[in-house]
Amino acid sequence: MPVMAQIGAAPVSYLKAQTRWGAIETLFWLATLLPFYFLPDYLQLASQIAITALFALSLDLILGYAGIVSLGHAAFFGTGAYAAGLFSKFVWGEPLTGLIVGAIVTALVGYAISFIIARFRHFALIMLTLGIGLLLGAAANSASWLTGGSDGLQGVNIWPLLGRFKWDLYGYTAYGYSLVVLFVLFLFARRVIHSPFGLALRGIRENALRMAAIGAPSRAHIRTVYTISAALAGAAGALIAQTTQTVALDSLGFERSAEVLIMVVLGGPGRLYGGLVGALVFMTARDQFSGIEPQYWYFWIGLLLVAVVMFLPNGILGGLSRFLAHWRAK
Amino acid sequence: MLPPVFGVLFDGIAYGMLLFLLSVGLSVTLGLMNFVNLAHCAFAMVGGYAAVLLMRDFGWPFFGTLPIAFCAAAAVSIVFERVLYRPLYRRSDLDQVLLTVGIAFVSVAAAAYFFGTQLQPIELPNYMHGSYHVMGLDIAVYRLFLVAVGAVITILLVGAIELTRFGAQVRAAVDNQRMASGLGINVERTFAITFALGSGLAGLGGALAIEIVGLDPNFAFTYLIYVLIVVAVGGLGSIAGSLAAAVLIGVSDIAGKYYMPELGAFLIYLVMLSVLMWRPAGLLGRR
Repeated sequence: MPVMAQIGAAPVSYLKAQTRWGAIETLFWLATLLPFYFLPDYLQLASQIAITALFALSLDLILGYAGIVSLGHAAFFGTGAYAAGLFSKFVWGEPLTGLIVGAIVTALVGYAISFIIARFRHFALIMLTLGIGLLLGAAANSASWLTGGSDGLQGVNIWPLLGRFKWDLYGYTAYGYSLVVLFVLFLFARRVIHSPFGLALRGIRENALRMAAIGAPSRAHIRTVYTISAALAGAAGALIAQTTQTVALDSLGFERSAEVLIMVVLGGPGRLYGGLVGALVFMTARDQFSGIEPQYWYFWIGLLLVAVVMFLPNGILGGLSRFLAHWRAK
Repeated sequence: MLPPVFGVLFDGIAYGMLLFLLSVGLSVTLGLMNFVNLAHCAFAMVGGYAAVLLMRDFGWPFFGTLPIAFCAAAAVSIVFERVLYRPLYRRSDLDQVLLTVGIAFVSVAAAAYFFGTQLQPIELPNYMHGSYHVMGLDIAVYRLFLVAVGAVITILLVGAIELTRFGAQVRAAVDNQRMASGLGINVERTFAITFALGSGLAGLGGALAIEIVGLDPNFAFTYLIYVLIVVAVGGLGSIAGSLAAAVLIGVSDIAGKYYMPELGAFLIYLVMLSVLMWRPAGLLGRR
């Protein structure tokens, strides 16, 4: 753990060192521009990946940093999607305000739910997140007069971005928009994680009782990060509603919650880039194997999960960093 | 003459008995080892498919397949416990959730590969069809049989836990694992046996459930959610809690579908959330 290694350094200089941008980070974000030039046929997919990466990032904030295992995070993704979709249908179709409305509505829902979440740990917590996710899914299905039920939300009409960029068939606007939103919110999440608040969250993950004993308001911290995470997930949902101009019922479903959990774990939880890498690998693999029957796709996902838990406990990035450390030590 | 609400109540109790069989094993093993086993219904599915296979390809009678369903699920669960679960007892909830969800995914695909994705038809013996008319209510014979099976299993389980030496060891291990092992109880072995018995009961439940809810590869997930709700509502490690929760959820589900069909499954999620808000450890759970 890097925290333990540098325990002697002054806290401020430790936090400053953490926030410095490395060469790999810069390269990573420059590489996200490549699809514009080299893979123009895949921009729609790239846009989906960027949105899913934002969703995975939001889950990583609570899973990787605060240690909250959620089996119902799609509740916020779906809430944001429906909020943005309905806003464009009934109020107006300007995308940026729609995005903000989606994020704010979801943040409010997340804040309300966080009062329940912060009281529980372990099995009861997993069950609560699962139950809340299922409850919202069932509610959206029942309220088909509003949500369109299983047919999906129809009549979403998004105006051109900034009044200039039309939503083209190739997805130039969709990818550019999703990527910018992802980057801005990533910067925000990065700032949160490298603040004293972020350190307190990691303390709660490691030992909630001891954090309470040294006077950290654990529950208030969990409520805050849960609300932030919900808002980011809601923004991702709003993006998917706006770029695809529809909202499907499965945006709230259990499968989506399970998939995003798999992505974060695959990439490596608690590493900020874990969710991004996981989303990239997962979505690309699913696109490549889209020809096979869904049930066999899940067979490989299942095997992958078993293998990751058994052999790669910290995901792809955890394995890579262990490999690098091993290599450097030689 | 009784009003139809009693009919709904009876169907709900019969359904609750099914949920009880499916979930009691998970409740006890969770209470014992804190191991979050989301593949529990995959073991139940093993029992269901074992029964279907024996009836369809070997012409066994329905009742003959039930013990085999129990044994098949128990045997498969022992293998998994030995090979995959044991290394993870000390790991985080997240690792356990992921491993067992992975196993459940694989089981769904395997069932689809070997048996196809369609619902499996089964032939019940003739005397299991039809219903009795009692005071204006239709009491289906099969549901009556389910209630009887549930009652017998409950009596056997409570007797085994309260009166036998092994039961005392299980209770001790649920109460305080370290203390129990300090007193010379082999907690790992106790756990392995309980795990196998619990999975066996789930397998039996899986076989009995075919007639009521059908059997297809998605069983491992659709009923997992019900089972988890029952476990959470009842409280970990409590047989009486599981029974009470199973009946509560069974009756709420049937009543919800009968009186408020537009709400769908909404009602049971609401029941679960309210119970957990009121008692975080479940109705009869201690932790």
